[in-house]
Amino acid sequence: MTVPIVILLDGVLYAAVLFLVSAGLTLVYGVMRILNIAHGSLYALGAYAGTFLVVVYLRTGGPAPFMYLALLVGALLAGAISGPLVERLLLRPIYAREEVVQLLVTYSLFLILEDVMKLIWGVNPYYVAGPYAFLGTVSIAGVRYAWYQLLLILVALGTGILVSLAIRGTRLGRMMIAVTADREISAAMGINVGRVCTLAFTAGAVLAALGGALVGPLIAVAPGISVEAIVLAFAVVVIGGLGSLEGAALGALIVGIARAAAVQLFPEVELATVYLIMVAVLLFRPRGLFGEWEVRRI
Amino acid sequence: MKPRTALSLVAAAAFGLAPLALPGWVMFLLTLALAKSVVVLAIALLLRGGLVSFGHGMFFAAGAYTVGLVMKWFGLQEALILTALGVLVSAGVAALLGLIIARYRGIFFAMLNMAISMVVYALLLKLYWVTGGTDGIGIRTPTILGMTPDRQNLRLVMYYFTLVLTLPAFYAVDRFWNSPLGFMLRAVRDNEVRVEYMGSSVARVIYASYIVSGALGGLSGILTGFSVGHIVPELAYWTTSGEFVFVAVLGGAASIPGPLVGSIAFEFLKSYASKYAAYTWQMTLGIAMLLIILFMPTGLWTIYDLLTRQVRSWRPSSKPAR
Amino acid sequence: MATILETRALTKSFGGVLAVGDVSVAIGEREVVGIVGSNGAGKTTFVNLVTGYLKPDRGRILYAGQDITAHPPREVTRLGIARSFQIPQIYLSLTVLENVLIALAARQGEGLRPWGPLSTRAREAEALKVLEPFRLAEHASRPVSELPEGGVKLLDVALAGALMPRVLLLDEPTSGVSSKEKFAVMDTLVRILAERGVTAIFVEHDMEVVTQYAERILVFHEGSVIADGAPQVVLEDPEVRKAVIG
Repeated sequence: MTVPIVILLDGVLYAAVLFLVSAGLTLVYGVMRILNIAHGSLYALGAYAGTFLVVVYLRTGGPAPFMYLALLVGALLAGAISGPLVERLLLRPIYAREEVVQLLVTYSLFLILEDVMKLIWGVNPYYVAGPYAFLGTVSIAGVRYAWYQLLLILVALGTGILVSLAIRGTRLGRMMIAVTADREISAAMGINVGRVCTLAFTAGAVLAALGGALVGPLIAVAPGISVEAIVLAFAVVVIGGLGSLEGAALGALIVGIARAAAVQLFPEVELATVYLIMVAVLLFRPRGLFGEWEVRRI
Repeated sequence: MKPRTALSLVAAAAFGLAPLALPGWVMFLLTLALAKSVVVLAIALLLRGGLVSFGHGMFFAAGAYTVGLVMKWFGLQEALILTALGVLVSAGVAALLGLIIARYRGIFFAMLNMAISMVVYALLLKLYWVTGGTDGIGIRTPTILGMTPDRQNLRLVMYYFTLVLTLPAFYAVDRFWNSPLGFMLRAVRDNEVRVEYMGSSVARVIYASYIVSGALGGLSGILTGFSVGHIVPELAYWTTSGEFVFVAVLGGAASIPGPLVGSIAFEFLKSYASKYAAYTWQMTLGIAMLLIILFMPTGLWTIYDLLTRQVRSWRPSSKPAR
Repeated sequence: MATILETRALTKSFGGVLAVGDVSVAIGEREVVGIVGSNGAGKTTFVNLVTGYLKPDRGRILYAGQDITAHPPREVTRLGIARSFQIPQIYLSLTVLENVLIALAARQGEGLRPWGPLSTRAREAEALKVLEPFRLAEHASRPVSELPEGGVKLLDVALAGALMPRVLLLDEPTSGVSSKEKFAVMDTLVRILAERGVTAIFVEHDMEVVTQYAERILVFHEGSVIADGAPQVVLEDPEVRKAVIG
């Protein structure tokens, strides 16, 4: 009887992290119409920066609870620094170019970031369990679960709600919606489209980095986590529908639970399950659950 | 004779005579470069249609593993039959996957290919009782037209075997670009709407081209497998596929010699670079690719093109280059 | 005269905006029909609906008696309806000749053949014949990017013509073409269409062109057809003048 509980708990945990990464991806796509292959690298950057700052902080011997702050600061720094740099230098020049070019450029960025992270942090995996162990565990329906994991889920949920409110409620958010709907008309209305794009991309980068930083204490932070992240995030965004935040949430839930189920029940086909779901969605409902574009007749 | 034909013949002759002038290790690298240039050609083919696949490692692996497994289970040794089988299987895989994949473009196309190739990788890894798992499969020396090459001449024989299969592949693709389907593929990249408004199906054009591309990918894997003598699941991993894309961009996808030039340059670059920091190899690739895309989108071949135009413009009697 | 193209209660909205509302027209074979109306009146949407690019919300489209409402552009073209576009849709990276060769190969059902050259002597000759009336034959081997704006427009029309359709829909065929060439080209075009028995429907803003070549015009206004008849008569109507000329 514990297996379904485990699947649910693990699934929701996966979903929480996936949501943060995918939300960023889908947000950037909505505003800029670029699906950034290097988005998984921003997640990895957050994981490295966050766990690294925790290690640095713990060495200073300060009070333990502040290590969570270090984690968050790491994520924020990673996102806030890489975001504007990447958007201005790399994405803005290729905005008008063919999709093929955009894919190749973001793929090049991904290759570069992989090695940048190796250069800064080396190839050995980081195990920074402090934030995870500090809060202890709780028993949910007979299954051992860490408080930290619950915290993560809450933070992801909270962030999702915050982002959703911010987009609908703030002027900046509404400008993003306008640019998403029609870039030319927005520019004609006086919206500084360049600035909106930079902000949207930075927001996406911070979200991805946050996902990475939060999951850092739970995994071995090592080269290669970006690939799995981008492939899964892509699956989530496909299932949920490009440009839709709700879709990212629902898609993350579906992928997270499917993954957890596969790990428990059919370990050999773990990753294949996710891809199979993605292929199934692409076959039967290419625009995803909440996607908006009119299905092309061509 | 057209200058292009003359150039091709000179190139073929150069490749044919190369073993006389070059040392053994260079010949080996050249063999590998030739073998891999075919999958780069496969990528370039799709690139001209505006599509990039980050998953061609799966066709590469499909060809290689077909040969490896058939040799292991059925004891078949004849290189030509094995090659034909391998190409058939990879074309078949492309025909199957293409039914889904050919309906997509852009990032969907790229990522679907990547995702499926990762599934193939996972299968090759996990089904170890069939595929040998991480150990892979050793490919013994095949017979060529019934004859087993002796140890001394093995490298030389493999070089010519690879050459004899690679050059026609390039020739075939050159003819492909002049065929209706080849032009249709370029038309698809330029304007899908117009293609449909000509009564043609964009999906069918992409599907047919995808099969050709998959078959080429398989051929490349087979030739590489024969030369290296050992195949592993990593052939289907995303980094392998990514390297193919890089080389296509490096050499230049819009020309026929591009993939060949790029592949040769890449193999030699790689053999030098692997001695130095492994930490910066991907970054170097990434930066190089960015520079090429932004400043020299037609790849290394641009250099040749620019040179020939310059030379032509110096000759007073010739017409200006188009 | 037999009706070759007919729409019944054709309706299409975008968001809350009605683009084409309850349009029912019947076009007879070999007619030369002009479609006029101010911007946003629904003319291009009408063409998009008829050729299958958009799916109507309501209504039907019949071609030679066959219901083609649900058909995609590919099917519609194969059945014999070709169109040109307001913004020319051509293959920019290829030459003028190659553009037409592809159209011919597509028409001949050879689009998927991966061997044998696209450019055969016979096909090239035919392509040059297609380009003649548009004064494009002399530019045949130039890349499309080197053509002036008018040339690009005419190439778009030529591509539609190369498909040898029974019905040709042209969306602003002479916009961007110099006044000198306009009439010369239209003269030749209309003559060839008449010779071949092609039904022509063209959207136009240039009233001179419309009055000279159209036997019948349809006036679109806010999604509906408010007038239908001979140009001289229809354009006298003050309502029409207000709607079209504003």
